[in-house]
Amino acid sequence: MATPSANGAMRVDRQAVALALVQFAPRKGDVDANFERVEQVFEALRHDREGFPNVITFPEACLSGYFVEGGVRDVARAAKAVVDRLQKLAARACGKNHAPFDVVLGFYEDDAGKLYNSALYATIGQRSQLRHVHRKLFLPTYGIFDEERFVSRGRGIEAFDTPHGRAAILICEDACHAISATIAALRGAQIIYIPSASPGRGLEDMEPANVRLWRDITRVAAAEHGVFIVYAGLVGFEGGKGFTGASKVMGPFGDLRIEAPFDGAAIVRTTISLRDVSVARAALPALGDLEANLAEFSVMLDEEVERRPSGGRKKRK
Amino acid sequence: MARAKFSVIHAPQHAEQSLRLDPALTERWLTAFLYDEIVKRRGMRNAVVGVSGGVDSAVVAYLCAKALGPRSVLGVRMPYRTSSEESYTHAGLVIRETGIRDLVVDISSAVDGYLEQEADASPRRKGNVMARMRMVVLFDQSAKYGGIPVGTGNKSERLLGYFTWHADDSPPINPIGDLFKTQVWQLARHLGVPRAIIEKPATADLIKGQTDEDDLGISYEKADRILQQLLTGYTLAEITEQGFAERDVQLVSQKVNSTHWKRHLPTTAVVSATAINEFYLRPVDY
Repeated sequence: MATPSANGAMRVDRQAVALALVQFAPRKGDVDANFERVEQVFEALRHDREGFPNVITFPEACLSGYFVEGGVRDVARAAKAVVDRLQKLAARACGKNHAPFDVVLGFYEDDAGKLYNSALYATIGQRSQLRHVHRKLFLPTYGIFDEERFVSRGRGIEAFDTPHGRAAILICEDACHAISATIAALRGAQIIYIPSASPGRGLEDMEPANVRLWRDITRVAAAEHGVFIVYAGLVGFEGGKGFTGASKVMGPFGDLRIEAPFDGAAIVRTTISLRDVSVARAALPALGDLEANLAEFSVMLDEEVERRPSGGRKKRK
Repeated sequence: MARAKFSVIHAPQHAEQSLRLDPALTERWLTAFLYDEIVKRRGMRNAVVGVSGGVDSAVVAYLCAKALGPRSVLGVRMPYRTSSEESYTHAGLVIRETGIRDLVVDISSAVDGYLEQEADASPRRKGNVMARMRMVVLFDQSAKYGGIPVGTGNKSERLLGYFTWHADDSPPINPIGDLFKTQVWQLARHLGVPRAIIEKPATADLIKGQTDEDDLGISYEKADRILQQLLTGYTLAEITEQGFAERDVQLVSQKVNSTHWKRHLPTTAVVSATAINEFYLRPVDY
């Protein structure tokens, strides 16, 4: 939106959001040690020449490591407890009167004994606020993955308002299903955060095949829906499985803004303008087109649900 | 109106999944794995590798030297009195080229000390005793040296069951266990393993004149391509349709299916709801 400034010139409100994406190898099963690493990230960013970011995104399961099997009982934490701890760490690293900033962080969640692979969005400051918890819906349980044996499925994808735009969270395989980003975008998300833990495989070309796949997935999802995608990946080896970080920001034109190496701890930074979301959607009105045909798609989806052997689930009223 | 001319473009008959590797990426990946497993996770500095003179252990020695530095790697040659002179010489060449530390432990007396009581032991049994004795040495030298034994078994021999259980497969980490033999050869060329080692027929060198491909009844070049198709999920009929001889497909399939047990820990009778690795589940690095 263009508004007149004090001297009468037109000023464009770019809704800038300074992002930092973090990739590191957690110490397996040691939640305290991994909180310490989060604090070290806060310290590093405090001294960064670009100043402290608005939103810091950490990978999936970064407080414990990804492959914990039955150990999930030991490492899962309540979302509120994570936020309380982040508030203490931020006060220690940045001083008690630091400006509020937002964190997206993947962790195993304990909700009164129910265990989830979750990611939270919180504003951290003197009065911290837990704004949203996303529980992973698509729990990979095939090949080297065994999530559903140890954690329960989440039930929904929500968009939520933050001080830095309307956001949604998807966790790793959630984002492999194109429909997930579509739901997030239909619900108004301008930024989709994707904490991830992607074990590398396929070494036939210059980079692991899954790195290329994630670049493609995020590029298509961003361009189709005119959203920013902020993807943060674990790194390091867990029991022979090496995670590929390649943390990245994909712009709403499907334009890769920045990407970390696939290996090694790193913090990558970029500042985005949410105005680009509107520009991209006007240039490629795919989301608008979908909204125009949404009723027909809803009917088609309902028909497919009815056709499944499990029988048509009653639609939620 | 002029008739349009269309050129028809055909896809290849069958897009067989490639066994090609990017060797530079593979080297980067595997050296990172070794450093992570040995130094970061276990807080150790040293690796102990049994260097046989074959291409598998040569590749592992090169990778360990790159990951940890050559002086942090102990290359152990463990000849038996019937082992080939060429194997011993090639093992020495690997140690010299990589600059890793050199140790020779002749296992003849240890092996014979037992086999003297087993006069009718078959060549197969003798080979297994040698392989297990080599692991006794490697683990003991690791304890002495403050290091960790690093395995050298490749994916082809693991799948075909062509190894001694609780011997070749016993080191706690293995950088090449997910590489087919033909991929090990690709990586070996990239790492600069001497050509004489890459190009000679692969052999376990447990029996004089023995070669892997004679023992297996199929070349690695064929076996690896069949294994790749099997593991990807194609049926035997589909693989045969791709031009492989039915006999070869059956042979590979039979070897894989009769050796699943060799790729697992011992079977434990479960009597409780807390059985280890059945109910009580924690990953290896927890």
